[in-house]
Amino acid sequence: MYPGSFHYHRATSFEEASALVSELGPEAKLLAGGQSLIPLMKLRFANPAHLVDLNFIPATSYIKQEGDTLRFGPLTRHAEIEYSNIAAKIPIVHDCAAGIADVQVRNRGTMAGSLAEADPSGDWAPALLTLDTMVHCLGPKGRREIALADFITDAYTTVLEHDELISEISVRVPPANSGGAYLAFKRCAPVYASAAVAVQLTLDDGDCRDARIYLAAVGLTPIHATEAEAALRRKAINPETIATAAEAARAAADPQPDMRGSAEFKRQLVFALTKRAIGLAARRARGERVEASHIYA
Amino acid sequence: MPEPQPVRIKLKVNGKPCELAVEPRMLLVEMIRETLDLTGTHVGCDTTYCGACTVLLNGLPVKSCTVLAVQADQGEVLTVEGLAANGELHPIQQAFMDQHGLQCGYCTPGMQLAAYHLLAHNPHPSERDIRKAIAGNTCRCTGYQNIFRAIESAAELMRR
Repeated sequence: MYPGSFHYHRATSFEEASALVSELGPEAKLLAGGQSLIPLMKLRFANPAHLVDLNFIPATSYIKQEGDTLRFGPLTRHAEIEYSNIAAKIPIVHDCAAGIADVQVRNRGTMAGSLAEADPSGDWAPALLTLDTMVHCLGPKGRREIALADFITDAYTTVLEHDELISEISVRVPPANSGGAYLAFKRCAPVYASAAVAVQLTLDDGDCRDARIYLAAVGLTPIHATEAEAALRRKAINPETIATAAEAARAAADPQPDMRGSAEFKRQLVFALTKRAIGLAARRARGERVEASHIYA
Repeated sequence: MPEPQPVRIKLKVNGKPCELAVEPRMLLVEMIRETLDLTGTHVGCDTTYCGACTVLLNGLPVKSCTVLAVQADQGEVLTVEGLAANGELHPIQQAFMDQHGLQCGYCTPGMQLAAYHLLAHNPHPSERDIRKAIAGNTCRCTGYQNIFRAIESAAELMRR
């Protein structure tokens, strides 16, 4: 399968890329990792007349720590995050990266591309929403910073203007008494998750001081499970509070039945994943080292 | 709108320098198979799922059905044809043969390149490491057990 014909432009800077897209108009698209865009073009769901390739812009793939903030470059690939000691300081970030699709896709796909695409089944948005994440954007009108919570507005829709792009993603490292887990359940490595849950807990003497819970692949955008958070906040983490939170997460899910499962099955998955993710997050918040990532047979 | 012009690219394929003009929409796998006539790389699902088209681009496994040929410009590509050297099978190929790691052979080149990348970075892979390394490669014949044994055995051959 071939994509439709398009004109290829190779940007040498992000400013140039944005100016090019601005000049070429709505028929132009940006190419980052290409792991969603190229398949969409092959299926002719996307038929851009112009493609502006960002992959040859130097120094765009990095992971840096500055104080309590991790900075991810606009072309930092999932695999680079998976193997980064710096990114490992936030276990939920490492786990999310390490479980996305398969080795081949992780070598190409980017964190920024995933956020900009805003696929309802994307892994990065729910994981990063549990943290203080800022999306740094660049366009012909200049630069702006947007909190990730305000960035995705609908399925495949963000606040980015057509000629605006992500120049960096910054994530605040949570305190030592905080722990998180991202669990996505999928039938096999290369497919999208049937359901996914991201949890970040901050504990104080065993009690939950703060909880952030987001659900993915069970709604048009990541779902903020506020009732589930309320079931934990200022309470002890025990089987009863965990069960109440998981029940609230099940109720917050809004899944569609499809080839990945019935709506009821996905709600049950959300319940089970929330329970498990809270347990993992609490253990990590207490300083335990636990290995976890996406779940598939 | 005028027809898109071919783009001149320069790269190394299996160590050999190549210079060619490609249509922007040409996929890396089509360039490898149709232009360079290296038909060891297979097209399976053509939808970024099965991994039959796996090659190494700048040392990293990628699904060549989901990379444009123009993106390999200035890069290095390794395909299954580049594994054997001086008329001798690569230890990974030998191990696939010895352990019956293939039946129809369709997934084999992709499997071998995924294994090549794993073993280049991890000479002592655990069971989990091997399973994770080939999670993006689908085999419809073997049930994976012999492929798994072949990669274990290749690791041993390569440590000698």
